[in-house]
Amino acid sequence: MNAVTLDALTKTYNKETVLAVDKLSFEVGKGELFGLIGPDGAGKTSIFRMLTTLLLPDSGTASVDGFDIVKDYKAIRQRVGYMPGKFSLYQDLTVEENLDFFATVFGTSVKENYELIKDIYIQIEPFKKRRAGKLSGGMKQKLALCCALIHKPSVLFLDEPTTGVDAVSRKEFWEMLKRLKMQGITILVSTPYMDEATLCDRIALMQTGRILSIDTPAAIVNQYEGNLYAVKSGKMHQLLKDLRAFPGTLSCFAFGEFLHLTFINDTIESEALVKQYLEAKGHTEIEFKKVQPTIEDCFIKLLKD
Amino acid sequence: MNEPVIKTEKLTKRYGDFIAANELSFEVYPGEIFGFLGANGAGKTTAMRMLCGLSAPTSGKATVAGFDIYTQTEEIKKNIGYMSQKFSLYEDLTVMENIKFYAGIYGLSDKMIKDKSEQLVEQLGLKNEAKKLVSELPLGWKQKLSFSVSVVHKPRIVFLDEPTGGVDPVTRRQFWDLIYDAADQGITVFVTTHYMDEAEYCNRISIMVDGKIEALDTPLNLKKKYGADSMDDVFYELARGAKRKAD
Repeated sequence: MNAVTLDALTKTYNKETVLAVDKLSFEVGKGELFGLIGPDGAGKTSIFRMLTTLLLPDSGTASVDGFDIVKDYKAIRQRVGYMPGKFSLYQDLTVEENLDFFATVFGTSVKENYELIKDIYIQIEPFKKRRAGKLSGGMKQKLALCCALIHKPSVLFLDEPTTGVDAVSRKEFWEMLKRLKMQGITILVSTPYMDEATLCDRIALMQTGRILSIDTPAAIVNQYEGNLYAVKSGKMHQLLKDLRAFPGTLSCFAFGEFLHLTFINDTIESEALVKQYLEAKGHTEIEFKKVQPTIEDCFIKLLKD
Repeated sequence: MNEPVIKTEKLTKRYGDFIAANELSFEVYPGEIFGFLGANGAGKTTAMRMLCGLSAPTSGKATVAGFDIYTQTEEIKKNIGYMSQKFSLYEDLTVMENIKFYAGIYGLSDKMIKDKSEQLVEQLGLKNEAKKLVSELPLGWKQKLSFSVSVVHKPRIVFLDEPTGGVDPVTRRQFWDLIYDAADQGITVFVTTHYMDEAEYCNRISIMVDGKIEALDTPLNLKKKYGADSMDDVFYELARGAKRKAD
């Protein structure tokens, strides 16, 4: 049995004028770490809120752990953990009090499931007497995760847990997720950061309520058609303008220290032609190499198709 | 070399025993895109607020656009633009009204306001949306509009605080096109971001750790110095030693 199943799930807002989730169907297997990857407005939060029974769909069905999200909402609430994108703990309760509160609401105790949160909780334990509102961003995030886990959910929903979080804390957070996955918890996580996609078992690339592609990160990269090149020169901004004006260019965009380039008709002469063109434009220190596309390249390509 | 548009010397801000910004000394030059990086809690916002004339330093010196950050804060505010991660646009005003409002605040003449707002709407491709409320715009458009109004008065420097959070990769790159255009016009860009690929788009970068500037150089030199392949690795190397994040 799948942990989560969606069948033509649809959600609109504003008297059906805004289509947030558009007939979405997909499945998440038990124990899977599944990523919803996409920008704001992709529908990630709406999906999470429907699956956690906080929002009713317009049409379509979905189930979590075999329970229907409309009919069996009480059963679902008992067995899922949900960490919303916006910090939603009690700001004027302490770390300890928040955790106790959530454990009690779910009819359990911190002691009973301590093993599950231990790794994470020991990092914030020195501050257990501090009010949640006075914690730093990274600490709040850890506490919120503990509170979402304390009743030992079978499915964990994490809505943009790393948005606005610096690169170091983001790495640490994903390390925590890996360890939770090993304990058999199914995890659905959403993120706007494309580089986090590769850390999931499977991902859905999303835009405006639709799925652009759904598969393992490796398979999505393999589906990328054509060659992708990385180009660099002494003057990067000028290079971007010049390459976009080059007649053979299909797409060209900035990508870290390189530009990523694709050709309309890629032939063995492409490289020589583009180099010739760039030299004539006065570029020096030109670097040109074929590269493996990343998930971000795939996403950009899917958006343009 | 050109006169710096930002110059700080041992700029410090204390809150009680806590040193939020600790003896920051650096210079930023006209037309430069300067990346201001650091982990959450490293002191970036504190430093930015001082440079914008919104918060008085505890000690040290600094000038922004040639004006002193202790005594000439009003002059500074007229010569800078600021865009924060929380939107500074009025959601219940239209696109056009927002542009006109900001242009008016910055003292542009009626004729300038008219020309500028038409030009901006055209340039951003928002002609059909000009009369729509900002609240109806997608996030990416809001960010582009927010940036455009922050430079509507052609400031010497524009401060961007995590301007690209949450948008798709194509929109994020379009946003950087706007940044480059502004820099080409001679506007200095001072930007914070959590996207390390964006750090590569900056001319120079500083990385703050626990209130201090631990590194400041071009992306290329920083990678060489730390023997790293990417800015991601450089950042990780420097910021993982931070003590404050646990606070």
